[in-house]
Amino acid sequence: MRVEAKILIALGLFFGLMCAVYWTWSLENAGGVMMFFGMGLCLLPGSYYYWWSRRMGPRAEDDPNATQEAGAGYIDAFPGSSIFPFTLGMGAFFIVLALVFGSWMLVPGLGLVIWAALGGIAEGRRGGSR
Amino acid sequence: MELTPRTPKGAPAKSRLRRLAIALALPIAGISLSGCTLPGFGAHQSDTTTGQSAYYLWQGFSVVAAIIGAFVLALIVYAVVAYRRKGDEIPKQTQYHVPLEIIYTVIPILIVIALFVATIVTENKVLAMPKTDVSINVNAFQWGWGFTYDKQNAISVGSTTESPVMVMPVDTDVRIVLTATDVVHGFYVRDFNFSRFALPGVKNQFTLHATKTGTFFGQCTQLCGLYHSIMYYKVKVVTQDEYQTWLNSFNTPEGKAAADAAKKVLKEQMSAHVPVKTEISRGAN
Amino acid sequence: MISTIDKVTTESHGDDHGHSHGHAEHHGPRGILNWLTTTDHKIIGLSYTITSVIMLVIGGALAEVIRGQLANPNGHLVTMAQYNELFTMHGSIMIYLFAGPFAFGALANIIVPIQIGAPDMAFPRLNALSYWLYLTGAITMLLGFFVTGGAANFGWVGYAPLSDAIYSPGAGADLWIGGLMLTGFSAIFTGVNICATVFYLRAPGMTLFRMPIFTWNLLVVSILILLAFPVLTAGLIMLYSDRHLGTHIYTVVGGGSPVLWQHIFWFWGHPEVYILALPFFGMVTEIIPVFSKKPVFGYKGMVFATLTIAALSLGVWAHHMFTTGVVLLPFFSIMSLLIAVPTGIKIFNWIGSMWRGQIWFSAAMLFSIGFVVTFLIGGLTGVYLASPPLDFFTHDTYFIVAHFHSVVMALVIGGMAGLYYWGPKITGYMLNERIGKTQFWFLFIGTQVFTIPQYILGLQGMPRRMAIYPNDPQWQTLNTWSSVGAIMIGISTLLFIVNIVASWKKHPAGDNPWDAHTLEWFTTSPPPHHNFFRLPQIRSERPTWDHNHPDAKTLAHGKDAH
Ligand code: HEM
Ligand SMILES: [Cu+2]
Ligand SMILES: [Cu+2]
Repeated sequence: MRVEAKILIALGLFFGLMCAVYWTWSLENAGGVMMFFGMGLCLLPGSYYYWWSRRMGPRAEDDPNATQEAGAGYIDAFPGSSIFPFTLGMGAFFIVLALVFGSWMLVPGLGLVIWAALGGIAEGRRGGSR
Repeated sequence: MELTPRTPKGAPAKSRLRRLAIALALPIAGISLSGCTLPGFGAHQSDTTTGQSAYYLWQGFSVVAAIIGAFVLALIVYAVVAYRRKGDEIPKQTQYHVPLEIIYTVIPILIVIALFVATIVTENKVLAMPKTDVSINVNAFQWGWGFTYDKQNAISVGSTTESPVMVMPVDTDVRIVLTATDVVHGFYVRDFNFSRFALPGVKNQFTLHATKTGTFFGQCTQLCGLYHSIMYYKVKVVTQDEYQTWLNSFNTPEGKAAADAAKKVLKEQMSAHVPVKTEISRGAN
Repeated sequence: MISTIDKVTTESHGDDHGHSHGHAEHHGPRGILNWLTTTDHKIIGLSYTITSVIMLVIGGALAEVIRGQLANPNGHLVTMAQYNELFTMHGSIMIYLFAGPFAFGALANIIVPIQIGAPDMAFPRLNALSYWLYLTGAITMLLGFFVTGGAANFGWVGYAPLSDAIYSPGAGADLWIGGLMLTGFSAIFTGVNICATVFYLRAPGMTLFRMPIFTWNLLVVSILILLAFPVLTAGLIMLYSDRHLGTHIYTVVGGGSPVLWQHIFWFWGHPEVYILALPFFGMVTEIIPVFSKKPVFGYKGMVFATLTIAALSLGVWAHHMFTTGVVLLPFFSIMSLLIAVPTGIKIFNWIGSMWRGQIWFSAAMLFSIGFVVTFLIGGLTGVYLASPPLDFFTHDTYFIVAHFHSVVMALVIGGMAGLYYWGPKITGYMLNERIGKTQFWFLFIGTQVFTIPQYILGLQGMPRRMAIYPNDPQWQTLNTWSSVGAIMIGISTLLFIVNIVASWKKHPAGDNPWDAHTLEWFTTSPPPHHNFFRLPQIRSERPTWDHNHPDAKTLAHGKDAH
């Protein structure tokens, strides 16, 4: 985890540096703002990972000498199949079409999205589909 | 005999690097500035001073690119020919060669610095804004151009059906003030090796200094809608005398009338009447 | 159905594959419902692959029409209005619907989890959602051809104010915006997913610096996606709001700024170039060492180069805006020139990987070498464009078109390398090598015949996006040659389809037909539902090779532990 954190932090610092140079030198704000948020988007997870990596021991995947047995065991529940990504995707499709063809398309769109949200959450609680 | 003093022991590596960079930059800058009898590498000489500088820079870049390209291509071809499979034994499993890797990191950095220096030198020339009396306002609209002259009656307006003509004097710095009334257009004259966007709301300024008389072909280069493909104009570079005569032709009563009519046309074309907000008149930065 | 899985045990020499522990059989629904409900990264990845290759074919077909129109100075194949739609949709389909999704959705989706020994993506359902958003986004954009007013026609960059409601009324433009929003979110979700997968689901011993370069590149691409795509989506929302909600963000009249759109677009657009390119760099970085029987040369330099490219790519956007005259030229010039350095490192490392090897010229290897050569041309001409005085007179001419087609056609060639290399792993069957090599020569030579005349045309002053051009005999000749190249590229695409049909379920591939290096070649072809029955010990970036060649092991990164 520590290496991951350091990479993100390094990227963030570099973006910060670029942002500072650019913003003071140029006569324009958009680029500075965007680079500033780019920096934030790297530093935020980076520092969180770093904070976290100090709190936990090295994981098997960070240990160059780990054997496969080290990782054996339960990882997580992976839903084998689920209809809700499709439903949600279709909902989003209709919502976008509503932007073009008229707001009545929001009805099926939002309906599908709400169905997918409720169904997906329930499915997640159960740990898989059905 | 040594011309440059030896780097004192313990001097920061940076200054040595810088010196190397300059040593590398000089030949490129030299080529860029002298423009000896190198081939054009596809580009052409320009009929403006600034375009000519860009042409020399082009030659400099091309020399570098040709050398690097040929070198890398030769390496690839050699590897492909020399190391094609000959048997089943496993070759040496080389993973690193640190000195080599450093070399092919550092040398490109030096080349890049050299290219950058050459770029900046040329850029400052291309974007220089010498003081001048001749100033032409260029207005781009869908789909044509209007050219008006500071403190003069002269004007030329035209759209896709007949190309307008921008008349300018030879051997003179001519300030171009470029803007657009509706969407983004591109002011481009092939023989001047230069182009600039005509942006609504922005007054773009640059200088053209033609070195040859003649008529040059101009065209919009930035997609601006339906008739973008045929948004042509002409640039006519004439002698000082001819230029004065041309300007004066708009001061006769008929000339004035024609100019007024043209101005009306231009005003109608600029229906959007975009207020100019930003004024850009800086050089390199 | 719940399938919980366990990470599977250690390698056991001589053991057959039936020896599976803790692997839950997959009993999902069958048929079309299986496809609609699947969360298996391999099936999603395959859907991505097929969809994006179809987009390549559609975009290619449009391109052939463009080239047909341009074969003559006064082409009458299409009208000017249709021509504007054609190149806009060609560019949009190719960039948004083919190259991007193919780069980070298709092979990446299938290969990345397997390369790090993971059972699936970290968020399988989100992964499925990504695909559905991509598919619906593609449909949305293509719907533009069927509405009155036609498809979007303001170029794939959609410069404001041409793209606003006054100058581009009509549903086609809105569908273009909507399609981009959907595919944009699809990309963002894929980015999240790949990051989480790489951070959390690596097999024991698979430290970051033992990940295959392909996976590394996709991690970096995912970070770039997360940095860049939200900017584009925000920009599009503002564009939509300008069109329909009466704001004036990009229009001068109401106090906005057209240049702002260009800043936003290219702040996404340049990182996007690397989002497109890095996965293909990764592919050839896998392929070249395998077919040279060597480890990748300069692994750490490769990773460093990728990270440097990512870092710099956020600070170079305005090299696309040099001719606006309103950007900070020296800053963008030096940053852009600097990107040549890590790119050069990569090229030298590829050559280093071949050096003193035993090169096997399979179709995949030929495509990879073709990629390097074509990319070299595109890269070198790119260096010119980083220099403002040179960009001034090449911008918006065919020189640009030629430059970026050298690059994107290199990506197509690299993508073909990836398909020939990983195809057997994904389908379980080999592709025909002879047809593959024929396809390569058509594609490679066609690309050069297609681009090289365009470089010359650009330097002679032919602007891009021109439905007709002045009747100059030399321009006509060059354009005709370019069209001949386009036809050769078209033929190569047909050969690819022929190859798929011809080698359909003919020659089973076996687990590791190429004697390759990485974990995906340790499992079966195609891999089982959760990818592995067993894993080898991971002591370097080449676990499968180390397992198969105990006497030629790879130097372990990090602490040595043989
Ligand atoms: C079959 C091979 C291809 C051919 C024959 C082809 C042909 C062309 C031509 C002639 C143009 C210029 C149109 C004009 O400026 O008037 C163009 C533009 C473009 N192409 Fe391609 N192309 C091919 C493949 C690709 C690929 C693989 C990509 C990207 C992955 C791509 C991306 C673009 C883009 C972004 C534009 C610019 C569109 C615009 O100006 O808005 N092309 N193509
Ligand atoms: Cu135009
Ligand atoms: Cu760029």
